[in-house]
Amino acid sequence: MINYKKMYIEDFNSLEPKETFENIVSLANESQKDFNAFVTILENLEYNSSNSLLDKVPYALKDNFSTRGILTTASSNILKDYVPVYDATIYKKLKEAGAILIGKTSLDELAMGGSGTTGHTGTVNNPWDTNRLIGGSSAGSAAVVAAGIVPFSIGSDTGDSIRKPAAYGGVVGFKPTYGRISRYGLFAFASSLDHVGCFARSVRDITIVTDVLKGYDDKDMTSLEDEGFDYLSHLNDDISKRKLFYFKDIVDKKKYDNSDVELIEVLNKFEETIKKLESIGFIVEGIDFPKELLSALYPTYMTISCAEATSNNSNLTGIIFGPREDGKSIDEIMFNTRTKGFSELIKRRFILGSYILQRENQEKLFLNAGRIRRLIVEKMNELFEEYDGLIMPTSGGVAPLPNNDIDKLSDKYLILENHLVIGNFGGYPSISLPFGFVNKLPISINLTGPQFKDSLVLNMAHKIEELFPYKGMIAGDDNV
Amino acid sequence: MYKVVIGLEVHCELKTNSKNFSSSKNEYTETPNIYVNEVDLGMPGILPVTNAFSVKQALKTALALKCEIPDSVVFDRKNYYYADLPKGFQITQTRKPMGRNGYINIFVKDEIKKIDIEQIHLEEDTASMVHHSNYSLIDYNRAGVPLIEVVTKPCISNADEAFGFLEALRNLFLYTEVSEARLDRGEMRCDVNISLMKEEAKEFGTKVEIKNIGSFLNVKNAIEYEINRQTEVLESGDKVIQETRRFDEREMKTFSMRSKVDSVDYKYFVEPNLPPFNLSKEYISIVKEEIPLLQDERYSKYINEYQLSETDAKTLIKDRKLSDYFEEVINYDIKPIDASIWMVTVILGTLNKLSLDINNLFLSPKMLSDVIKMIYKDELSNSKAKSLIYDAIKEEKDPISLIKEMGITQINDNSLIENYIEEALIENVNAISDYKNGKDYVVNFIVGQVMKKTKGQANPVSTANLVKEILNRK
Repeated sequence: MINYKKMYIEDFNSLEPKETFENIVSLANESQKDFNAFVTILENLEYNSSNSLLDKVPYALKDNFSTRGILTTASSNILKDYVPVYDATIYKKLKEAGAILIGKTSLDELAMGGSGTTGHTGTVNNPWDTNRLIGGSSAGSAAVVAAGIVPFSIGSDTGDSIRKPAAYGGVVGFKPTYGRISRYGLFAFASSLDHVGCFARSVRDITIVTDVLKGYDDKDMTSLEDEGFDYLSHLNDDISKRKLFYFKDIVDKKKYDNSDVELIEVLNKFEETIKKLESIGFIVEGIDFPKELLSALYPTYMTISCAEATSNNSNLTGIIFGPREDGKSIDEIMFNTRTKGFSELIKRRFILGSYILQRENQEKLFLNAGRIRRLIVEKMNELFEEYDGLIMPTSGGVAPLPNNDIDKLSDKYLILENHLVIGNFGGYPSISLPFGFVNKLPISINLTGPQFKDSLVLNMAHKIEELFPYKGMIAGDDNV
Repeated sequence: MYKVVIGLEVHCELKTNSKNFSSSKNEYTETPNIYVNEVDLGMPGILPVTNAFSVKQALKTALALKCEIPDSVVFDRKNYYYADLPKGFQITQTRKPMGRNGYINIFVKDEIKKIDIEQIHLEEDTASMVHHSNYSLIDYNRAGVPLIEVVTKPCISNADEAFGFLEALRNLFLYTEVSEARLDRGEMRCDVNISLMKEEAKEFGTKVEIKNIGSFLNVKNAIEYEINRQTEVLESGDKVIQETRRFDEREMKTFSMRSKVDSVDYKYFVEPNLPPFNLSKEYISIVKEEIPLLQDERYSKYINEYQLSETDAKTLIKDRKLSDYFEEVINYDIKPIDASIWMVTVILGTLNKLSLDINNLFLSPKMLSDVIKMIYKDELSNSKAKSLIYDAIKEEKDPISLIKEMGITQINDNSLIENYIEEALIENVNAISDYKNGKDYVVNFIVGQVMKKTKGQANPVSTANLVKEILNRK
């Protein structure tokens, strides 16, 4: 059998689709016992030939994208038998581009969560170390690319749901500008923050996928007009004199406890990387960003996302679709269906969201969160007038163990583990890619650029990728 | 005695090709669940797309109601759980309605009264449900149909005014063609807010809401019932409870549904999937130009400019089609007063007799004007014209070609008429002597004979004169 695991997207163009499908499906099935990344692995090949670079290329789709005739659960019991009647726009585009769907991947229930442990089919394991988490919510999509089962996969990112698991999996994860890729058919979590994006093992592959997915969709009023050029053609543009910034205080080792060895190693690696970036022509500057805004990132994110999620998931009542519980009245049917269908974690978020939206709390909680979000975005936009991007470690550590204890009020957690939501607040293009190893586990760097500058972000990320030997890496590779 | 304070909330479905936020059809049908797609059913992953035409029609209505127009169109979510609401929220407008602070002039017992409009907004309809003893049926055809809600200020003071307002508002919908406003199909529905206060009181009394009344007459009935009920409550020293009631048309009574204490918090917030879009002054003025002269404006024009009687003016403005027809006839150089007489008496009479309405009237304004012009030129008598119009409408034929077919052009040639008179006198040998003996009826008899010979085409006035002249000459 061909060794598919190290292959890039374009390596598949010349292969036989039926053979590719059958072999990758068996790889996927074999991988289940180790990683548990798939909710559904397809049995039948669906393939339409095209002259796209995605022609004959196998991929996996997060199980919160609507696929007509194919079970789509959002990894929740409330949708465990739901078979959609329509296709998400991106799924349609991928089909038309000749890409071959291998399976639907597991996520944190309804895409809410960042651990990859809360899906109804169980925890997704990290291919680098199956005792560790891959993170979420796009857990399965990160794992299958990290494990080399498919060259790319599709995810969704509301806070960091692509970029964080990409980091823990040692792969590249990208979400473009809000509206660049249609959300039609993506099960909504928090509509103002939700993004569609992808995983791959090189920035080039990420770019190829993005070029296929992007563009205006008349079914999504927030989608952007197409710019009329391929990002791929700008991947090698000159980046000298491009200016990047980072949050000086947040990556300052002196501010953290020395005993957190992992964190110190991540920050050391970041320091080294800045020098490398400068050596290839980037101008990199540390800046002061109001601490109170950074500390507010996580609570602001939780407030907005829980509120929108409560409303977005109000359609899950068992009346029109999905499993339905019995009840003596319509109200009771809905009540029982929701009580049984959602896990406790989800109910907690809905209760929070409901509380946040209540008449008496809206002003103080929901509307204030919106104001903080605006302050952060305004400050970022101001910085983006001078700089081409924000560069930061994606996370302060490696893939966590299941029962990791983290102080949720520490700076490390509030800022270093949650700064990626800036990309969602402002709808900025944002990419994470591996830039080193700590304890034989990959660590990752994140680049976030100005709105609409997707091409530039990919171009810069491509140059950054060249500084490291991790392009094309899969879990277990010996380049630690 | 108490002062009655009423505010109305009127929902009306817009006439559009597709639904408000989805591409499925907006059309009335008796077959359930055929105009339904994934968006209407609130399937996971769907997104709303605003129907630009609904926005335009809502804007048009707001302009026709002389409202203040916002600088942009934005939508909000109203969140609540019910089986008729597939998404679990309704997309509506709360922060920035389509229009605010407007008014409409209405007729109440020959008086014109101005009713103030609080706001008008655009939203989507729910599914319709039929409840049976142990099951319910849901029809999602209606789910997502564009709906406008017009809210009055609490400025209505009795049932007649409420009725007059509803009629005027319905007429405005028809005049602006935003809706067919068919009550029999539930396209227009009304909520009534009503409270009573002492004449000298400064604050409103406790408000009761009567939900979802489907006919204007029942709005009137519900208000009358509620005035009596609340008066009795107050007279007996009790307090009116703030609550939502429903009107039962069989019992002609209102019944309590729920008290306001357990009223729902709809948790309104901005609809994130619909970015705001700006309403430019240019666009607003384009839409404004599409609004025809409205009912009350036409009324004053007909009275002041055309000198029509109030009754005729009212008859003509009752239906925009009728009024448009009338104005078109005038445009063919017909005097307004003549056009009005022919419209009100002949056209309406004929339509009535033939059980037709103005929408399926074959006779065009041009055809009617041609007939009236023949009368102007003495080529046709009034009575002939009437029967001609009747035939033309009934047989769906151009009256001018009917005239040719039937040969009913008026004979105005006196020498020709004289020939017929002479003929008649020869055939009725006693006529002359009878006339000479003072039997005046002979004149009419001979006129009748001439009419018979000419199949009624002889000009009746000249014929009578000529008969007299000839008899006197003999």
